[in-house]
Amino acid sequence: MKNIVIIGNGIAGVTAARHIRKLSDNKITIISAETDHFFSRTALMYVYMGHMKYEHTKPYEDYFWKKNRIDLKRAYIKQVLTDDKTLVTSEGEKIAYDSLIIATGSKPNKFGWPGQDLKGVQGLYSYQDLEKLEANAPDKETCNRAVIVGGGLIGIEMAEMLRSRNIPVTFLVREDSFWNGVLPAGESGLINKHILDHHIDLRLGTNLKEIISDENGRAKAVVITETGEELPCNVVGLTAGVSPNIDFLKESGIELGRGVKVNRFLETNIKDVYAIGDCAEQHEPIGMRRPIEAVWYTGRMMGETLAQTICGNKIEYKPGHWFNSAKFLDIEYQTYGWVFSERSKSEQEAHFHWMHPDEDKCITVAYDKDSKLFLGINTFGIRMRHENFDKWLTEKRDVDYVIKHLPEANFDPEFYKQFENQILAAYNNQLQTA
Amino acid sequence: MSLAKPNAQDISTKKKVALGIGFTGLFILVLALANVELPYKGLFLTLSLGLIIGGVVIYSRDEYLTKLEGIKNDEAWFKSISSRGTWGWVLGVVLTLFYIVLYFFAELLGLGTDGASNTGLIALFDPLSQLLSGRNASQWFVYGTLYTVAIVAFGYKFMLKYRHNRYQQLRTASVMFFQMAFAFLIPEFMYRLNSDVPYNDIKNMWPLNYYAFDQWRVDQFINSGTIGMAFLIFGILSIFVISPFLTYKYGKRWYCSWVCGCGGLAETAGDPFRHLSSKKMSAWKLERWLIHTVLVFSVVMTTAVIYTYLGYDAEKYWFNKDNFLLFVGGFLTLVFVVIMVFKRHELGKDARYGAIGYALVIVSLIAMHYTGTTNEVFYLPAGGMRSAYGFYIGSIFSGVIGTGFYPILGNRAWCRFGCPMAAVLGFQQRMFSKFRITTNGGQCISCGNCSNSCEMGIDVRAYAQKGENIVRSSCVGCGVCSAVCPRGVLKLENGSLDGRINPTDVLLGNDVDLMELMNNK
Ligand SMILES: Cc1cc2nc3c(=O)[nH]c(=O)nc-3n(C[C@H](O)[C@H](O)[C@H](O)COP(=O)(O)OP(=O)(O)OC[C@H]3O[C@@H](n4cnc5c(N)ncnc54)[C@H](O)[C@@H]3O)c2cc1C
Ligand code: SF4
Ligand code: SF4
Repeated sequence: MKNIVIIGNGIAGVTAARHIRKLSDNKITIISAETDHFFSRTALMYVYMGHMKYEHTKPYEDYFWKKNRIDLKRAYIKQVLTDDKTLVTSEGEKIAYDSLIIATGSKPNKFGWPGQDLKGVQGLYSYQDLEKLEANAPDKETCNRAVIVGGGLIGIEMAEMLRSRNIPVTFLVREDSFWNGVLPAGESGLINKHILDHHIDLRLGTNLKEIISDENGRAKAVVITETGEELPCNVVGLTAGVSPNIDFLKESGIELGRGVKVNRFLETNIKDVYAIGDCAEQHEPIGMRRPIEAVWYTGRMMGETLAQTICGNKIEYKPGHWFNSAKFLDIEYQTYGWVFSERSKSEQEAHFHWMHPDEDKCITVAYDKDSKLFLGINTFGIRMRHENFDKWLTEKRDVDYVIKHLPEANFDPEFYKQFENQILAAYNNQLQTA
Repeated sequence: MSLAKPNAQDISTKKKVALGIGFTGLFILVLALANVELPYKGLFLTLSLGLIIGGVVIYSRDEYLTKLEGIKNDEAWFKSISSRGTWGWVLGVVLTLFYIVLYFFAELLGLGTDGASNTGLIALFDPLSQLLSGRNASQWFVYGTLYTVAIVAFGYKFMLKYRHNRYQQLRTASVMFFQMAFAFLIPEFMYRLNSDVPYNDIKNMWPLNYYAFDQWRVDQFINSGTIGMAFLIFGILSIFVISPFLTYKYGKRWYCSWVCGCGGLAETAGDPFRHLSSKKMSAWKLERWLIHTVLVFSVVMTTAVIYTYLGYDAEKYWFNKDNFLLFVGGFLTLVFVVIMVFKRHELGKDARYGAIGYALVIVSLIAMHYTGTTNEVFYLPAGGMRSAYGFYIGSIFSGVIGTGFYPILGNRAWCRFGCPMAAVLGFQQRMFSKFRITTNGGQCISCGNCSNSCEMGIDVRAYAQKGENIVRSSCVGCGVCSAVCPRGVLKLENGSLDGRINPTDVLLGNDVDLMELMNNK
């Protein structure tokens, strides 16, 4: 019986623990500094908006852990002594392990902006960040305006949260269209418009120069680089991406890059030490994936995989076809396979784009210019079935086939209007003119 | 560890006006209740109901049409009324008191007994009752009217809330229609045509309608000629043929979320309370015990009631007592055997409870046979059992607790813990139905919106995060979990029976070999 210790009670660590328990009788301990129990980080926004309470974000009831003999410990690990196979907590307590899984997730990026550590300036990642936001922006009387810096998925969630309490929001986005490093222009444009429809003051192509303090060390305004404009505000949300939360490992001898360096077996350079989830960095990117993948699903998949290795069935981390999803205010987004933005796509990648004339719906299908091989799809406002696309990608279907069979993949609720025929017509049209 | 509950935001002036209008309408009812002599009753009644509906309509339009289409759950857990705050409790107490008075002290509402004319609140409704059926109002007419008003007004609100979702709109239109036509208008008109036919809401079938086969009703049906017989036969077909067929094809939602009046009220007026249902495993356990106990109770009670009046008049009832018991026993045995043979593995541990329930009913039938020479069953008079059922289940459970406790237990407490009809349909849904909620591969982010919104207290997320379809007897197919899911993970579907229940360990999107290894063990 091995003594397995996991640092981090997020989706990666918890999935690993659950699967290790399924496969073995090992002793399992999960350590976290953040909360007593695993909760869903992706649901933080709904707590602030009043859709749910914190307790509803916990995917397992509290009795679950004891029942499955998974020990939970609330502590911050400040040191990993790999020679002694021991962890040291901030209280100085020592914890021994046979196998160590590092699943410490991410932390919000800060780019050295003047004033980034003032009161009222915060990211949105942890439970503590949520508490901070509740204190900083309980209502529009306390917070007359919030400025959000960084146009990614967390930024737009934070804007939605604040708007739910009628707090005026200015949204500074460095790119000249929202998330256009990832989304093709048409889609990015749709989201720009939707953000404005929600009365969010979207400033594209705009950078933060500095945050100005009042006499109490609290943010009172931000200054914009391009125009020098000074925007009074009480809260500044820093949402310019995240990076691995690994500072405590600096002295440990574990090889670090931006994240904890791992091979395809999720092993670090030190025996019996593994890393999974947001904090893991692959030596070589897998396929078109990035070396660090800070999304929920990959954390879960790494957990599922590593449990096998730890329990004696050594297998590589071999994720299947890429998929992801998000919601931009009221518009749901799903993606299967690879669709790149104009900024990052290759010569070979061609796009078919369809947009509904007035409803907030569109799709982009990426395919190979020459072979017509289907590469991926982005959908906005239309739900699609994961299974179909996964299958079509595996079967290496061409774009004609996919567009023709699109109705089979529709996953919208019953009685919804279906647009697949319009899409097919538009596709045939474009091909004839092209 | 808990986050402070922030204050809900102020409401707009327009909403304040709307509330003022609505409460003025209610106030008229209160005046009538307090026996204030209102002249022109018809006018005041119209005014009152009109103001109530108008208030709800104006409020809803300001609430939803001023915003973009989308999910509107902001502040549900902050508002006092929808988070078991002071206002929630006040409303709960008021509703509960109303139900107690309605069921047990109707004279307080002004019901004229022994031929005396109505006074107070009930008298206010006389003109409408006269208009529809040509008789004076009863407490049930008052209740039926208010119930219908609530479903229509709050149904409108719900349709605006989900104006981006056709499924929600259509099923709401459907419950509004069934309540208005089948529960309210048609029975009243029927009375005009043929006053011998008892009040009959044909969509309200046994066992939800526990008095469906009471002697006086059956007598009246039989005595009132073709139409009465047609109703009686339809009632029997409903539960034994129509409902199993529709449940097989569409799941129990065809009834619970599209037709049923209790469901209708829960989905419309009760919608703001849906998240209050308990999602705990312990609540699920309680649910299974309670609802099936009620079902057993209702089967035994109904059998006993029919048993006692069978056979004394061979002209009217072709059945005699013993044949009837044999028939019931035989039917249940058939169902039991079929399930044990074909579906045992799906039932798992629940099979034991099924067997206990079955055994209880059979023992009761035998007991009836041996003890029930006259009017007694189990040494209890069947009439006593019938009135105990009517009192504890029909009134206290379904009315006082089921609806009065909306703001405390959530909007479907009755449907979940008590309704024997839901138990029957749920059983079919679990065993023999094409219905399931499909989960979309690996897309779930475990956020919990679905579980939170499930009025039946199903922990939808527990399935979705495993990539497993939701096949639960209690699911009423309201579709709200699917609507609120921010990642498009859930779809209510009718499909093939194969692979309907599909537990998975590793979700779609990961290594195909690992999925193969873990999922096909
Ligand atoms: C607001 C928000 C919304 C998101 N929405 C989505 C989404 O819609 N879809 C999606 O795919 N992804 C989303 N993500 C990203 C996703 O949540 C993360 O990829 C995922 O949670 C990472 O899981 P993890 O297990 O790797 O780490 P985490 O969930 O970050 O867990 C790591 C835990 O380790 C603890 N820890 C770290 N260091 C130590 C230490 N030294 N000692 C003790 N404990 C430590 C941390 O406190 C934390 O509790 C979202 C993220 C945020 C913040
Ligand atoms: S599982 Fe979904 S559809 Fe079924 S009752 Fe719950 S919320 Fe409604
Ligand atoms: S199914 Fe949807 S709503 Fe439910 S937990 Fe998963 S992502 Fe959230």
